[in-house]
Amino acid sequence: MPDIIILGPQADHPNLMDATRQIVTDGALCSITAGWQQREGEVQELQHHLDREVEDLHLYQRLDHALGLDPELADAHRTRQAGLRQRQRWYRRRLHHAMEAYLGLAAETGSSAALLAEQRSALNAIRALDRHHVRQIDAVHAVFNARWRPAHRPAMAEQRDAIVRRLDAAAAVLVAGGHVAALLSRLRLFGLESELREKRLIAWSAGAMALSERVVLFHDSPPQGPGHAEILDSGLGLLPRLLPLPHARERLRLHDPRRVALMARRFNPLQPVTLDAGSLIRVTGHKPVMAQGTARLTARGNLAGAPLA
Amino acid sequence: MSQLHPFLAAASAAPADAVDALIAAAEFPLIDDAGVTFVYRGAADAVRLRHWIYGLPTAESLEALGRHDLWFFRLDLPRGSRIEYKFEVVSGTNSHWIVDPLNDSVAEDPFGANSVCRAHGYTRPEWTLENPHARRGTIEQISIDSESLGASKDVHVYLPARFRRQRRYALLVAHDGSDYLRFSGLQQVLDNLIHRLEIPPMIVALSDPGERLVEYAANNNHARYIVKELYPALRQAFPLRDEPASRGLLGASFGAVAALHTAWSYPGFFNRLLLQSGSFAFTDIGTHNRGQIFDPVVDFVNRLRQQPGRPASKMFVSCGIYESLIYENRSLVPLLQSAGTEVRFEEARDGHNWENWRDRLRAGLSWLFPGPLWMVYE
Repeated sequence: MPDIIILGPQADHPNLMDATRQIVTDGALCSITAGWQQREGEVQELQHHLDREVEDLHLYQRLDHALGLDPELADAHRTRQAGLRQRQRWYRRRLHHAMEAYLGLAAETGSSAALLAEQRSALNAIRALDRHHVRQIDAVHAVFNARWRPAHRPAMAEQRDAIVRRLDAAAAVLVAGGHVAALLSRLRLFGLESELREKRLIAWSAGAMALSERVVLFHDSPPQGPGHAEILDSGLGLLPRLLPLPHARERLRLHDPRRVALMARRFNPLQPVTLDAGSLIRVTGHKPVMAQGTARLTARGNLAGAPLA
Repeated sequence: MSQLHPFLAAASAAPADAVDALIAAAEFPLIDDAGVTFVYRGAADAVRLRHWIYGLPTAESLEALGRHDLWFFRLDLPRGSRIEYKFEVVSGTNSHWIVDPLNDSVAEDPFGANSVCRAHGYTRPEWTLENPHARRGTIEQISIDSESLGASKDVHVYLPARFRRQRRYALLVAHDGSDYLRFSGLQQVLDNLIHRLEIPPMIVALSDPGERLVEYAANNNHARYIVKELYPALRQAFPLRDEPASRGLLGASFGAVAALHTAWSYPGFFNRLLLQSGSFAFTDIGTHNRGQIFDPVVDFVNRLRQQPGRPASKMFVSCGIYESLIYENRSLVPLLQSAGTEVRFEEARDGHNWENWRDRLRAGLSWLFPGPLWMVYE
């Protein structure tokens, strides 16, 4: 499997140029900017930064176009999305109680064996709920894909062929951040997982999340709500064992050992890794071989160096 | 007063030429854990503290220190408080209201400026400050010939950064929009909250009144103007989302009355209301004593209390606990909730002023119009 590089946000201190030079010397670059939604394809800044041409694949617009020609699939897609949102609400409702139970126990003073056992049990309940949610979401996708085979519907297949032609010609693919659900659903609907598996990839922020095994949404201090991280979906699974956390310094209370430890324990065996401006993790043959400006959240509640191979 | 503040103790013992240095080294008013000591220096027959804290005398006399033309007044002030004040300086038959010459911190409003006192525990929210990383929105202007108001209205419209015509946006209509811009820093707040993904990129119409106390006093013509004239004009000019949950009204004081009255007159059209320190005066029996301009307001709120209906599905109501209107605002919340509206109420240790309203915008806007914070990682 070719190299993958994941990066933090690129807005203020981009390191995309450095990353690109590491794995692509020449050849065409194409980009996936579906996470930018209505701004998809506005790659002028990207091209300026890289000082080379970048062809965008326009997944966001291509899906809109294809669904416009295939109202039956469009209806089914809408229904599926509504079902996913509903399941997310149910999961969030259960998660809230499970998290409150765990946090309440974690705040208890003492270190008796009985208390530690209760804390472990409460954490296991969260992990079990997370697994249950992933199974439910995976099942929704499986039923939808079996029933509709979206990438093979004529309107979708036409777009997919055009995308694959461009991918075939590209030396590497840039997967930009943005709206992670919008990005992931398009990658999945066009069935691009196997094509991307064969490409050198450079992904940042939501792009990195979409390539990982699990897409975890997180913010420790949102303006509304308790800020419990939640699983959105399975990712494409191209980044084994890594759980990318873009904007971690802004979004997470990394100085709070209890929250850091919870994140690490809850999602073990995945390794939560920070992806801030300047971060870079290079993965070769499924293993991280190089890391800059990133840290791993540990079960002890601190930040450690590079992700474990 | 049990103990003189250390500054005053030092000043009262110091020679005249040392007082300037003592003043230069201090920050005024003098804040401690339990409250504040106001200090004025100057020749006068009397000096009074003028503030707008409901429940306290509106004028508090400063005590002469006895030396160096220094005057002081001690006020217990709970943590987290923020108050605005002036000094009234009396000399003979002349009386002048001035901002505190020793305090650089002022808040402006349509009537001028007041000095600001921040107790321990109050910090200006970081999201109200300029953020160099936040992209700037722009302001455009549209003109509307309003039959309802019998006037031509110029309305400024905030468009978010990276505005795209092919995208549809939520709409907020802000009463006293220009004042929100000038005195509450609304544009900067919107830029910041959108940048932080806490609210979606949205369009904000900044509506200004003609004769404010008439137009905003539960005036049917105003409600008709907003729903039948302003909204269609905005709909024509900008790509707005269609559903009522993507339409909101914002207002403070009489502007909140205008917002609630508009929503009550056209229930469900604007399904999100952000009401700040609303002048929701009412009477349970007898007449009110707030003056004639409140007559239509009291009439409206009394009718609302009889038949609240469901003006909007979600309302965020805020009020300063140092305002005379706190009772009216607190009363409104259970009434609206009992009628099926989802209401959040936030109180602050602050008064009837624009910075109080600024400081509540994040909680209100992010609840009424949640942004894509959890989904977007750029």
